[in-house]
Amino acid sequence: MDWTALRLSLELALWTTLVLLPLAILIARALAWRRFPGKGFVEALIALPLVLPPTVLGYYMLVAAGRAAPLGELYEAAFGGPLVFTFAGLVAASLLVNLPFAVQPLQRAFEAVPEQLREAAWCSGLSRAATFARIELPLAWPGLASAAALTFAHTLGEFGVVLMVGGNIAGETRTVSIAIYDRVQAFAMNEAAIMSAALLAISFVAVGIVYGLGQRALVRRR
Amino acid sequence: MASEGLDARLKQPAPIPLDAALACRPGELLALVGPSGAGKTTILRAIAGVIRPREGRIACNGEVWFDAARNIDWPPQRRRAGLVFQDYALFPHLSALDNVMTALGHVARAGREARARALLALVHLSGLEARKPDALSGGQRQRVALARALAREPAVLLLDEPFAAVDQVTRRKLQRELALLRRAIAAPTILVTHDLAEAAALADRMTVLHHGTSLQHGTPDEIANRPASPLVARLMDQPNVFTGTVAGRDAARNLLALRWGKIVLEAHDDGRFRPGESVAWMIPAAAIVMHRRERPSRGERENPVSGTVAELLFFGETASVSLRVGGGAADGGDSAPLLAFSVSAHTARRNALAVGAEAAVSLLADAIHLMPPEA
Repeated sequence: MDWTALRLSLELALWTTLVLLPLAILIARALAWRRFPGKGFVEALIALPLVLPPTVLGYYMLVAAGRAAPLGELYEAAFGGPLVFTFAGLVAASLLVNLPFAVQPLQRAFEAVPEQLREAAWCSGLSRAATFARIELPLAWPGLASAAALTFAHTLGEFGVVLMVGGNIAGETRTVSIAIYDRVQAFAMNEAAIMSAALLAISFVAVGIVYGLGQRALVRRR
Repeated sequence: MASEGLDARLKQPAPIPLDAALACRPGELLALVGPSGAGKTTILRAIAGVIRPREGRIACNGEVWFDAARNIDWPPQRRRAGLVFQDYALFPHLSALDNVMTALGHVARAGREARARALLALVHLSGLEARKPDALSGGQRQRVALARALAREPAVLLLDEPFAAVDQVTRRKLQRELALLRRAIAAPTILVTHDLAEAAALADRMTVLHHGTSLQHGTPDEIANRPASPLVARLMDQPNVFTGTVAGRDAARNLLALRWGKIVLEAHDDGRFRPGESVAWMIPAAAIVMHRRERPSRGERENPVSGTVAELLFFGETASVSLRVGGGAADGGDSAPLLAFSVSAHTARRNALAVGAEAAVSLLADAIHLMPPEA
């Protein structure tokens, strides 16, 4: 068992989830409640990682954020190091790949909160922040939990983008999924089996949480 | 001009056209009436501050909440408008008590629960504080919504069709409760409704709206019996709206001669119209008195009109009659006008009313109301 890789995977999943959720909440609320030109285009862009091969995404990340690319130079000037082939680069790639997994459940959840409830909250004297905390979030929380669990589980399982953007650097970018591939290549099937089982168990629990919440939300609505 | 109560003037071409002015004094209940799509709900939402109209001004108790010209637009949180939504918009994840407590942010934390319980008691919901909205009946939800709106100690109370979503029995009960509760509410109250009977029963004043435009403001009695235009008369469900010409004036008796086709009627003269003028006129159904067959009385000399019964419908103890007026009252040909009125079912039977039967009525001169003709 490559404990370093497992820790890295969990850290990556945690960071991705923590950074992505607030962003996704902002995007999902805007998509749920606002009408603006190009909304369909934005929705399509967010859904793109669902259908695109991760290698394509990784390729464009490399092109856009590589050391010779403007974005990469900008990052390097600001933080004193390259973005690609680092843990920060992995997080950035992971954020992009997981956008649909976080935004879509949240958007559905916010869409289900009637606009009148927000108006009723404002008329009751709740500020916009208090309306979000006391009315919107409690009503949308199954969506939030789904978004968190899906993002977490999906990040653990991500392979293509991680390999493209991060490579296979032990302790820096070698996640469990890369380590499994690495072990299989080296015919170390036992190690691969243990890590695969661990990943399977964690993913199953995460997805189980999503479906369990879905059931509870259904029961509550009845 | 810091006046007590609410004054609103709203104007916009789109998305929902508005050109409305309304005023409501403290303790007064103003009914906004009009057909669906007349802009009633939009006006309430604009007063509450959840939508912003293009032009206009909203002032309440001397505070300017909204003034498009001066770019003043207070957020709903600052306006203190208690709004009861049409489908109540209760927070589904909160108990009745918590729904009310949500609107008590201006009260010291320690006093909130007691205040919320008192408000729920006021709307007869003691004992149901812990229930969530989905465990309450329609009428109970409406009461929670009302308690929540009152919790803000609103400067104006806005009720958007508050009785539309409940059954008839509950509606009567809630209407009665509101009539009783009103004595305790000092805030100006605006009730949106399309139910004219409800407006007439509950309101001190009414504003009639049509396509976002306020057409007339007055007491329910004025609007029912003295509508400003044929359109208002029709919106008030007055069936007897016709056209005619002022034929003469009897100043001594304060009466006008009103030519209606070949019939000349006497009508109350309010001095607004001169002989020769074309007018629209109406008479409330209640001011059409049927003549009895066997026992003619003196009152029958007042504007007698005869015709044949074109339609007779029994609604329980009431018979609704449509009388096709004979004697050449028609402005042209066979489209003779129809007079609609009601008699008791008993009277209809005793006078052997039936479709095709002859009948005579008197149109009470005082109740005939003249209006400018439609453009």
